Amino acid sequence: MSNHNELPTLAVWKFASCDGCQLSLLDCEDELLTLAGVVRISHFTEMSRATTAGPYDVSLVEGSITTPADVHRIQEVREASRRLITIGACATAGGIQGLRNFAASGAYAATVYAHPEYIASLDTSTPISAHVDVDFELHGCPIDRHQLLEVITASLSGRRPVIPGHSVCQECKARGTVCLLVSQKTACLGPVTRTGCGALCPAVGRGCFGCFGPADTANTSSLAATLRHQGTPAIELSHLFRTFNACAPAFLEESVSQGGPVPVTRGRPPTPTSGEEGR
Amino acid sequence: MSHGSGSTRSISVDGLARVEGEGSLKVEVHDGHVTDVALEIFEPPRYFEALLVGRHFTEAPDITARICGICPVAYQMSACAAMEDACAVTVDERINRLRRLLYCGEWIQSHTLHIYLLHAPDFLGYADAVELAEHDRAAVERGLQIKRIGNLIMETVGGRAVHPVNVRVGGFYRAPDAESIASLAEPLRRARDAALATVDWVAGFDFPDVSGDYRFVALRDVGRYAVEGGRPSSSDGLDMSPAQLAGLIVEEHVVRSTALHARLSGRDPYLTGPLARYGLNGSSLTPLAADAASRAGLGPVCTNPFRSIVVRAVELVFACEEALSLVESYTPPDPPAAVVTPRAATGTGATEAPRGLLLHQYEIDASGTIQRARIVPPTSQNQLTIEADLRLVVQNALDLSDDELQWRCEQAVRNHDPCISCAAHFLDITVVSS
Repeated sequence: MSNHNELPTLAVWKFASCDGCQLSLLDCEDELLTLAGVVRISHFTEMSRATTAGPYDVSLVEGSITTPADVHRIQEVREASRRLITIGACATAGGIQGLRNFAASGAYAATVYAHPEYIASLDTSTPISAHVDVDFELHGCPIDRHQLLEVITASLSGRRPVIPGHSVCQECKARGTVCLLVSQKTACLGPVTRTGCGALCPAVGRGCFGCFGPADTANTSSLAATLRHQGTPAIELSHLFRTFNACAPAFLEESVSQGGPVPVTRGRPPTPTSGEEGR
Repeated sequence: MSHGSGSTRSISVDGLARVEGEGSLKVEVHDGHVTDVALEIFEPPRYFEALLVGRHFTEAPDITARICGICPVAYQMSACAAMEDACAVTVDERINRLRRLLYCGEWIQSHTLHIYLLHAPDFLGYADAVELAEHDRAAVERGLQIKRIGNLIMETVGGRAVHPVNVRVGGFYRAPDAESIASLAEPLRRARDAALATVDWVAGFDFPDVSGDYRFVALRDVGRYAVEGGRPSSSDGLDMSPAQLAGLIVEEHVVRSTALHARLSGRDPYLTGPLARYGLNGSSLTPLAADAASRAGLGPVCTNPFRSIVVRAVELVFACEEALSLVESYTPPDPPAAVVTPRAATGTGATEAPRGLLLHQYEIDASGTIQRARIVPPTSQNQLTIEADLRLVVQNALDLSDDELQWRCEQAVRNHDPCISCAAHFLDITVVSS
């Protein structure tokens, strides 16, 4: 093993999220100690009370931006990171908490808290890419740990990660799962959702509900027309597109087409420009 | 970080690690007495109770699973229980047993994560499990082996370890076949043996001599250690339905926290989680777990919060033993789910998440649309007791150096495995002494 201090450094950061994607790293039970021998885990609060200052060779960022403080913190993380990789639906699309983007300003805080004025929270939940440059986005709610290892390995060796962008639908064909959409008329997002989970839901007889967000070439309007034709009500269709990846552009547009409320704040929020280092 | 100026002593930590979530801590000491303790939670609020309104009742298990990646099954199970209560549906015992097996998988995964990766390094003086592995690789590998088997159960029953996909209101989308469940038996025997070794390992740690005056609240189930259901009960004699508990819990919104503090109306703070479950239900533990507890020197009640790691290890033995028994007696439920027809009603569900009692309550309309949601996670219920613990721990450890006291405070918080992501990561600790 090389000298510990000469190893490439890895940092893990959390924003608004459930911790499930960073847990995927600790769920690499067979590889965790090996990984710890080839990288120096310099900042990973969920795992260690020891942290070392940046810059970091690779930063994994979980979670979305939902507070004024985090708008600034993500800039600092970007400046301290040579490569910044976002992991999971919160970081890549705003997450389930992105549903606030469709509600009236302050309505959510007033529903949950007696004193909304105590809470420093933005009216929007936005992906990391809305604030800083991102080198690679790994999708999923949660991410797949094998894909995570591929992304870390590729980043350390300076190549582009090999992560497929095709749909869950193709994965079902490869597994030999009978199509639920055709045979059972089940509402299924498999034709438009990115693969990565292994087409788990159709294998247990339930329609895909879109954990990995839109596939690279998602024809959502064609799927929506088919589902409408099969009898799925518009409100249900809108909700189907509006879960963990509700604010991913392809799903957002389709949910609006199906009559869902439009986002209150559309587009990239005003943020300070990030530093030029590390691109 | 430490600053000293005259008689004022101040310690702060920018980030309490090895907990799930973001928060901070402040302790003030005047004339040798702890005068104020505040556990602050900064975890950005995600407004689940608001975003659930307007959604279909069948969506609650998958949406609320996203509150916590460490204990998604707990969220799914409490959501299902609440919706089934609202719709007056009782599921078949075979479905219940499969839920209990899935839940044991989560207890195994979560407890092993906490014991080996988050808590044990404190007792041994290491920053993390990687440093621990440099000194005792076999121990960490044993933990990872058990954790892997917990995840394997969740994958086999639930389809996936983080945010399982096979759970639905009423039961499961598909019952796993008998062969795939039978294949869990051998790994579970290994996990059970490794869990027994875990009890012996953690029982040998040095524990600060502290005893908390706890009011325990846990579910109680007839003839078995409560996991996926039961009646909320307390060490001072409460015994009620989940709905009655929901009526008794008063949540306060205080300025320092994005989590709501829970109390029982007109009563003192209380504690849920392993210490509470062991204290109230210890007599229902499985045989090997009960033996392990007495071998580890635990009495019928454990009030030393630092020894919660031993109780958690005993529960780990229980979860392995119980899962093995469920695997050996498995018959696939057929159908895999009860039919649940919505009606306008309010339903309440309570289950035992790895870190404590998790209560969900929903009001739905006749079409099944959620009108109101209320979620009371374990960490909100424990937050006031964690503060009381800190007061006690600091008061008994004022002779420690700043660095040691800071670490002791962090450890005292980790004793309760707080899941701050659930309650509303990173704790800042400030100890101000004068």
